[in-house]
Amino acid sequence: MSERILLQGVRPLGGAPTDVLIADGVIADLTPAGSPAPPEGVRALDLSGQILLPGLVDLHTHLREPGREDAETVRSGSAAAALGGFTAVHAMANTDPVADTAGVVEQVFRLGQEAGYVDVHPVGAVTLGLGGEQLAELGAMADSAAHVRVFSDDGKCVDDALLMRRALEYVKAFDGVIAQHAQEPRLTVGAQMNEGAVSAILGLRGWPAAAEESIIARDILLTAHVGSRLHVCHVSTAGSVDLIRRAKERGIAVTAEVTPHHLLLTDELARSYDPIYKVNPPLRTDRDVQALRMALADGTIDIVATDHAPHTSEDKDCEWDAAAFGMIGLPTALSVVIDTMVRPGLLDWAGVADRLSAAPAAIGRVPDQGRPIAVGEPANLTAVADDDEWTVDPWAFPGPARNSPYRRMTLPGRVTTTILRGRPTVVAGDLQW
Amino acid sequence: MIPHLLSAADLDHEDAVLVLDTAAEMATLSDRSVKKLPALRGKTVVNLFFEDSTRTRISFEAAAKRLSADVINFSAKGSSVSKGETLKDTALTLQAMGADAVVIRHGSSGAPHRLAEAGWIDGAVVNAGDGTHEHPTQALLDAFTIRRHLRGGEGDLSGLRVTIVGDVLHSRVARSNVHLLDTLGAKVTVVAPPTLLPVGVEEWPVTVSYSLDDPLPESDAVMMLRVQRERMNAAFFPSAREYSRRYGLDQVRMDMLPEHAIVMHPGPMNRGMEIADGVADHDRSVIVEQVANGVSVRMAVLYLLVGGSRQPEPTEVIV
Ligand SMILES: [Zn+2]
Repeated sequence: MSERILLQGVRPLGGAPTDVLIADGVIADLTPAGSPAPPEGVRALDLSGQILLPGLVDLHTHLREPGREDAETVRSGSAAAALGGFTAVHAMANTDPVADTAGVVEQVFRLGQEAGYVDVHPVGAVTLGLGGEQLAELGAMADSAAHVRVFSDDGKCVDDALLMRRALEYVKAFDGVIAQHAQEPRLTVGAQMNEGAVSAILGLRGWPAAAEESIIARDILLTAHVGSRLHVCHVSTAGSVDLIRRAKERGIAVTAEVTPHHLLLTDELARSYDPIYKVNPPLRTDRDVQALRMALADGTIDIVATDHAPHTSEDKDCEWDAAAFGMIGLPTALSVVIDTMVRPGLLDWAGVADRLSAAPAAIGRVPDQGRPIAVGEPANLTAVADDDEWTVDPWAFPGPARNSPYRRMTLPGRVTTTILRGRPTVVAGDLQW
Repeated sequence: MIPHLLSAADLDHEDAVLVLDTAAEMATLSDRSVKKLPALRGKTVVNLFFEDSTRTRISFEAAAKRLSADVINFSAKGSSVSKGETLKDTALTLQAMGADAVVIRHGSSGAPHRLAEAGWIDGAVVNAGDGTHEHPTQALLDAFTIRRHLRGGEGDLSGLRVTIVGDVLHSRVARSNVHLLDTLGAKVTVVAPPTLLPVGVEEWPVTVSYSLDDPLPESDAVMMLRVQRERMNAAFFPSAREYSRRYGLDQVRMDMLPEHAIVMHPGPMNRGMEIADGVADHDRSVIVEQVANGVSVRMAVLYLLVGGSRQPEPTEVIV
């Protein structure tokens, strides 16, 4: 059985300093800080003043295995997740081979269990090979050992309206959700960055906001029509926020995510032509950033998801239009949220716990994650020294990829401790094995 | 002077006029029997062309040779440049060769920025055209030509009205000209069908017109941009014939221009598409002269970046 642990002096959701006893993988006791010395055989961790959160849950991670182990593996990505305070991640399906069969999702699920840093929940592809033509065996993936509930062609949009309708309908049978990468393909042929004032100057092909918003509008209508669940990946524009807000007012079962980078960075960074800032959907304008922060604060956007997308240096250390889309996000996600939401007073710690843990677990139908910090609940926890600042050094990240847009930036909030079902994966900021 | 010439926006008013004045001095060279200056003796200039452009390469090569530089032509066309690693590898090779200046033409917008700023090389980088971004030496030679005809070859272009016509969206020549003409005080009008103007053009220091006829009577110079016929396949305009009718410069429109106005084109021309035969060969067309001025302007740029303030050589004085 796992060891017994006493977290001393932590502040659950920013509340009063508390001693948290963990035994048998669950929270065994919560007492005001300053309780007598821990009993024999209990490992004490002094976390005085740190914020205790439920372990973070990422609904959108690219672990690259199978196929691109030179960029990331399930093990290295899991380690990066644990260091970022996560206890569960959803691994996107755009691997090679694509996660479009029960065999592949079970393989990824098992690799996650072997690594053991976080729970890895594979996302199943909506269409065979992400080809956008024929439904993958969604039911087989749902019934597999991986219990897939989130389906996505992420990286590509399910742009065929009929196929999208069918997928939304079909997953109702097992309470699944379609996570859509909203990108109208014809409007974004060869697109390189947000279409606007900056792209006009830089001569880079534009990715118009309307290409995202037109798909979201269509999918909301389809979702309402067939009574299913839609999740919108990486919402990036103010217009998308408006569409989702109105859909929610009408009671349509749509949820949405925003990435840390869309909460912090803008298309002005493309002026450097450094592909470290190349991402899909692209960085937008400051007006969009402000709208996304407000939407996350008021719940129009339900969750933060990283879209963690590791790439090798060969895929990034080149000309802008030859470079791959995407950025590393797991180790820095909580810090960016503290910087953009907590410190400006837009979100309190209960809000952080909701947006980064409880809500994504609910959307992904992961029952044992994102739980309250209460006696008897599974001990999936993370502690963050919220007053600490750290300078991001991608060369210290566990995986082979270094494509963090926050390199050399100083960010607030350092994850010190992560605990997965009672077992520490990170202590004092270090991986435990 | 600036360390690199990546964008026409890198040049402030003082630097821009300095380049034009220096180019004017270089131009007097070609009237003399001795066509070579020792200014860049011992320096190495690499022409790094990832895109086929014989005209621009020859122009830079002539400019460097007239300054006595050692010239290396590195044509990367045909090799695998879709994978960006090539740019970095090539840059490291050039660094090892000790290139003092790299003149780069590349199909990707921003490739010269990467070359200059990624820390791969130390030499000066001159953008000789990158994707749909910029072509600053073309803008300089255009400004030089305008100044020579309409400003007596001196000062800046304040108050002159320049109309740029055609595929602004995909034109690196247009972007560089908009920056430089604005810096030099000219009033710029861009004319195109709305499909061939970038979203965001409303923030440029220009007037936008969808009609070519409107600005012509007020124009001191008209710059016609090359328009590829294939653009109609991507629905930018319905047909070459309709484009030509609405936005081509023919004799009728030529007659709407003031007497002193000049007609320009960066080449290569699509005769019968954006410009009629008779207009291209008209005595107010300065298209051939633009080519000659290109060498003088590029001499000035190389001299100022490599032989000028960068590494001063007090004994080498231009007369
Ligand atoms: Zn995506």
